[in-house]
Amino acid sequence: MMKGQHSIFGHFFTNDSPSLWIVAAVLLIYPAISSDFFTFQIGAYSLILGTISLSLMMLAGYGGMVSLAQLTVAGLAGYLMAIFGENSVGVMGFGWPWWITSIWAILLAALFSAFIGTISVRTEGIYTIMITLAIAVAFYFFVRQNYVLFNGWTGYAGIEPPTILGIYWRNPIPFYYLSLVVAAFCYWAVVYCSRSTFGLALQAIRDNPRRMQSLGYNIVLHRVIAYFLSGFIAATAGVLLVWFNGRISPGSVSVGVIIDILVIAVLGGLRHPIGPFIGAIVFVLLENFAIDLIDRERFNTVIGLVFLLIVLYSPDGLLGLWKKLWTRLIDSRKIRPNEIGNELRTKSADSIETS
Amino acid sequence: MAGLQASALSKLQSAGRYALELESVSCHFGALVAMADINLTVESGERRAVLGSNGAGKTTLFNAITGDFSPTAGRVRLFGEDVTDLPSHERIRRGLRRTYQISLLFHGLKVIDNVFLACRGISRGRFSLRRPVSDDSAMESAENLIEVVHLTDERDRLVANLSHGQQRQLEIALALAGAPRLILFDEPAAGLSPTERSVLVEILQSMPEHIGYIIIEHDMDVALQVAQSVTMMHNGRIFKEGNPEEIENDVEVQQLYLGSGHV
Repeated sequence: MMKGQHSIFGHFFTNDSPSLWIVAAVLLIYPAISSDFFTFQIGAYSLILGTISLSLMMLAGYGGMVSLAQLTVAGLAGYLMAIFGENSVGVMGFGWPWWITSIWAILLAALFSAFIGTISVRTEGIYTIMITLAIAVAFYFFVRQNYVLFNGWTGYAGIEPPTILGIYWRNPIPFYYLSLVVAAFCYWAVVYCSRSTFGLALQAIRDNPRRMQSLGYNIVLHRVIAYFLSGFIAATAGVLLVWFNGRISPGSVSVGVIIDILVIAVLGGLRHPIGPFIGAIVFVLLENFAIDLIDRERFNTVIGLVFLLIVLYSPDGLLGLWKKLWTRLIDSRKIRPNEIGNELRTKSADSIETS
Repeated sequence: MAGLQASALSKLQSAGRYALELESVSCHFGALVAMADINLTVESGERRAVLGSNGAGKTTLFNAITGDFSPTAGRVRLFGEDVTDLPSHERIRRGLRRTYQISLLFHGLKVIDNVFLACRGISRGRFSLRRPVSDDSAMESAENLIEVVHLTDERDRLVANLSHGQQRQLEIALALAGAPRLILFDEPAAGLSPTERSVLVEILQSMPEHIGYIIIEHDMDVALQVAQSVTMMHNGRIFKEGNPEEIENDVEVQQLYLGSGHV
């Protein structure tokens, strides 16, 4: 039966399915069929937020560790870009070449993520959330008060992507493709690694840490490495985010934005790496167009209500909703009596799509 | 020098002979005596059943052997080596395995991945970010093991969707991973249907000869079919030892199991 269930849902995202190619084709021609606003503000922004949420999905879905500090890691990478690269406010700005700066920023931010992991991996559930939230809030107040390194309240502006091959990469279409390549690579990496020895072991540690320990695995080290890898993804997206905004300030890493990442991941679904991207698209669309439905100041009410409805009716997010509808559709089309019992069992089964 | 050699030699001999030696092992929890003065030897490759009513000290005995709890007094020797002060994972590296009364499996993963992780756990490459290739040694042993425990047909199912009996079979596959020399089975037949029981007996009987095991079992039929020798425990002490027939026909054992009224 699991095979059947896989083909219903898993098919959609596996390599042998045409739907993957359709999605890929749509993403590739998207700039040609949409305006600059939709390419840049909706398309590229969704991809970036989706990638940051993907780093949370990887930790929470596969590792069972909900970290609220993913945006903090992305934000640190952004700050490091301003500090070591170029900025227009006249503080720091060592002017390193863009490629050294980005590698260095991503690496340092990923190490910071590993450090967050080292502090928090010995805790579970709500305590992990509390500790990572505390770190995120501490980071916010630190950058707000520190003028020497982080330029305090003002932060940095004028952080720009380079001009390579005669292309200014902050133009909507090049930037969209840059974000797409990064997002697609991170997505592929997470899907691939979820079936690697490391990824399987991470999921097994989530299911039963005690047994994994007795099988000879170092579960603390394993989790810290997971934080490092997830930090790597978040930091890469963080570099894109600072290029997207052109500026970074304490507001970019404040509690509100931190929660947004969690909202996106939960909205989309934590069970498959595609979830965060679906969540990001919905989030960004709501953020931009809630103003047409309702007053501008009411965006948080709208997103809050959507979030509540999703959590109440589909704990697995939009992805879970899609899966439920699809299963129902298949069932109404043909009745397979011998599989009904299995169907019920499958529904209650606590499974993560890993293919 | 000669003395040293002699002791080394005797160590080597006993290493070949005995898989497990317990020397007056006791275990107290405060005033409660869970196990008192246990002397037990299990030869290499021997299959031993441990019987006894609830609270007889059987699981405590297992915990003392694996190092989950250390005994209050006495020594534990594994394959001729004193392991009393060694932590659990060091004993596992020496070839000891155990299964648990409650299955401790990875429910969100496939059957094959559960066994693969168990095989990989004792070797290198635990942090590899690459997917295992099909001729990966750990993957190969995993494929063999699921065949041994009759789960080949369930290879790609999630553990959460397996029946209770199949989960117990998987539990055995995990214990067989690596190169076990002595396995402790803690009530592997608990909650199994008659059919599942016969599958379990078949699996235990078909295990390679060099692997010894100790099995805690309430079901006399199962225990007597898969064991060469039997140890009866009662109130934390060893009550009787012998081969299955002796134990089955022993008057005192019958009294203990069935109550004195039946004799």
